[in-house]
Amino acid sequence: MEKITGGYHTKIKTRQRLGNISRYVILTLFAIIMIYPLLWLIGATFKTNAEIFTQVSFIPRRIDFTPYIKGWTSPGAGTNTFTTYYINTFLYVIPKVVFTALSATIVGYGFARFEFPFKKIFFALLMATMFLPAVVTQIPLYLLFKQVGLLDSYAPLIIPAALAQQPFFVFLMIQFIRSIPRDFDEAATIDGCGSFGILWRILLPSLKPAIMSCVIFQFVWSFSDFLGPLIYITSPEKYPVSIALQLNTDTSSGVVPWNQIFAMSVISLLPAIILFFSAQRYFVEGVTSSGIKG
Amino acid sequence: MKNHKIGLLYIAPWIIGFLVLTIWPIIMSFYYSLTDYNMITTPSFIGFKNYTSLFQSSLVNPNSFTVSLRATIIYVIFSVPLQLVFALFVAFVLNFKIKGISFFRTAYYIPSILGGNVAVGILWRFMFNPTGLVNTFLGTFGIHSVDWLSTTAGAMFSIVLLKVWQFGSSMLIFLAALKNLPPDLYEVASLEGASKLKQFFKITIPLITPSIFFNLVMQISNAFQEFNGPYLVTQGGPLQTTNLASLFIYQQAFQRYNMGYASAASWVLFAIIVSITIILFATQRFWVYYSDGGND
Repeated sequence: MEKITGGYHTKIKTRQRLGNISRYVILTLFAIIMIYPLLWLIGATFKTNAEIFTQVSFIPRRIDFTPYIKGWTSPGAGTNTFTTYYINTFLYVIPKVVFTALSATIVGYGFARFEFPFKKIFFALLMATMFLPAVVTQIPLYLLFKQVGLLDSYAPLIIPAALAQQPFFVFLMIQFIRSIPRDFDEAATIDGCGSFGILWRILLPSLKPAIMSCVIFQFVWSFSDFLGPLIYITSPEKYPVSIALQLNTDTSSGVVPWNQIFAMSVISLLPAIILFFSAQRYFVEGVTSSGIKG
Repeated sequence: MKNHKIGLLYIAPWIIGFLVLTIWPIIMSFYYSLTDYNMITTPSFIGFKNYTSLFQSSLVNPNSFTVSLRATIIYVIFSVPLQLVFALFVAFVLNFKIKGISFFRTAYYIPSILGGNVAVGILWRFMFNPTGLVNTFLGTFGIHSVDWLSTTAGAMFSIVLLKVWQFGSSMLIFLAALKNLPPDLYEVASLEGASKLKQFFKITIPLITPSIFFNLVMQISNAFQEFNGPYLVTQGGPLQTTNLASLFIYQQAFQRYNMGYASAASWVLFAIIVSITIILFATQRFWVYYSDGGND
């Protein structure tokens, strides 16, 4: 009897081990396919144009930073260097991130901690806008910003963030604040702390992870935003990186310096990559808490 | 609490934004859709003429809204289910207790972080070039090169693949749902002799229907509005077969300044997305399982 169960167990163990191995094989294979285009992109920045067109391998034959230097200082289509484009990008990304963190925290606090008239209706509307297709407001928003003379400025990109118009962030904050026990708030109230004092002194320390999630997501999204600047920004000297990059590929005459374009592409991906690796858990928390309970 | 109204003060920024940047634009969008408006002369009321011409122009002009809508529907039908199936499959495999899960999670999630970036759009366009990476790769197997972006199916394939590649967010939501599943249910099922496959379809799938529902609604809405892929990779070609609706609206509004006509097109797209969302919400009670009866 002992022997039989012993044999049964080893059988199960080998089967489990086989299962594990096949899982790793599948996962690794898929992971390589997933990140291969990005690895290849990085490799291509060091290759010559001829190599780019013939090599499947992402490993370049030599390490040469000339494409980075040339790409940065004399981009094909534009007259400005990437220094200008990066400054422009930060000119709207930083305010957008700061305003998002502020507005989402304040509005989230209002929804999570207070009772007020029509609260249920407001909350339902907030949730509804999460599912509202942005396409329907795009044209009238453009015309609205035109009427108030804000076209070709970064204001149309920043103002919606300041007014908490991305329900994803507000919802994220509501979820986080709800998970903090009210006991501290009540104790602070008894000690004579006002509602804003509670938010500022009591809740803020616990809210740091949520605020970090907002900051990181908003930074990555705004940095890579393409349609927004494409619609609102018309002067080349105000272009952000996303538009500048796209213009570089439109050099209709002559040979396209692909290695330079790829070099600038890699640089434009860097902020998101660095942020992702240094703040992975905030991304995961952000996405999973925005979803619904399983 | 005594300060009942103070909450309103806190949500005031959102209320103001909602009225000025959402409600008012929606009303105006509908108004513009009933006008002929080129941004130079004042909008002139023409009733539903924009809507009828949206669907008539296809007869004379191949670059029409009907063609765009058709392309959009094909795009949604292929990209959304593929993306969700991949997301669920990877989440399912990742959910086993395996070492190095954070490495794999990173590899699968990073395309979703970077996918919206112009750089990736450019890379994709290059990959599917006649002399690009995909053909070079196929060439090593002796497969002669395909001109992906100038064939209807190839161009559509390239932008669908770009969307499917970004399955990371859906995967994380599925993964969170899978982690919350009660292990005792599976123990009972194993004891009763239910196969792994049966357990997956009879226990796992029903229990994660809320996340399937959420991902489905979000991804359908996103896919219907996809802009970067067709704009950067295929430029709507060949012959407008990947000229997705959002690209059509962009061209009409911001390149040709047909604001009324573009507004009408955006209303049709809006109506389609909202109808699908409402239908999905209505079918919820037949297939979405909420453990708490859905009262949360």
